[in-house]
Amino acid sequence: MVTPEEIKTWIEEKLESAVVEVEGDGQHFYATVSSPDFAGKSMVVQHQMVYAALGDKMKADIHALSMKTVVPGE
Amino acid sequence: MDIQERIKEIVEGSGVVLFMKGNTDFPQCGFSGRAVQILQACGSEFETVDVLADDQIREGIKVYSNWPTIPQLYIRGEFVGGSDIMLELYQSGDLKDQLTPS
Repeated sequence: MVTPEEIKTWIEEKLESAVVEVEGDGQHFYATVSSPDFAGKSMVVQHQMVYAALGDKMKADIHALSMKTVVPGE
Repeated sequence: MDIQERIKEIVEGSGVVLFMKGNTDFPQCGFSGRAVQILQACGSEFETVDVLADDQIREGIKVYSNWPTIPQLYIRGEFVGGSDIMLELYQSGDLKDQLTPS
């Protein structure tokens, strides 16, 4: 089973500037991802960046993920 | 017809279209159910496409928008986002503005 810590690590490995918090019960997860790289980008693009970091994990390991993206200081 | 062309015809042929699991009466997933509730709360008319009924659309829509999850909302041909973004746009009032043609 996937743990919130694993998801946090997967995102942080690819989005190096990101500060990530993940809560979840193994089925449903909620991630808050904060990164200066999100500045000036639309919400769709910000979420796409997180999804891209997770790659195939979104298909295979993670069944349900909610997320909120944040630009630090905004 | 190529699946990407088929999807393009669907999203560009509808004002507001939600790709979801199940339908408005029987959503088959919590996120899809939430998306329906948000659109209903906005008082908007919208069409739905049940991705569970068509595997080609289910996989094709993820490629079309470069977005790996369902539901997905399109307004006048444009990809708006999934249920998290819909909720944020709803809470800020922006979704209602986008749903109303100016």
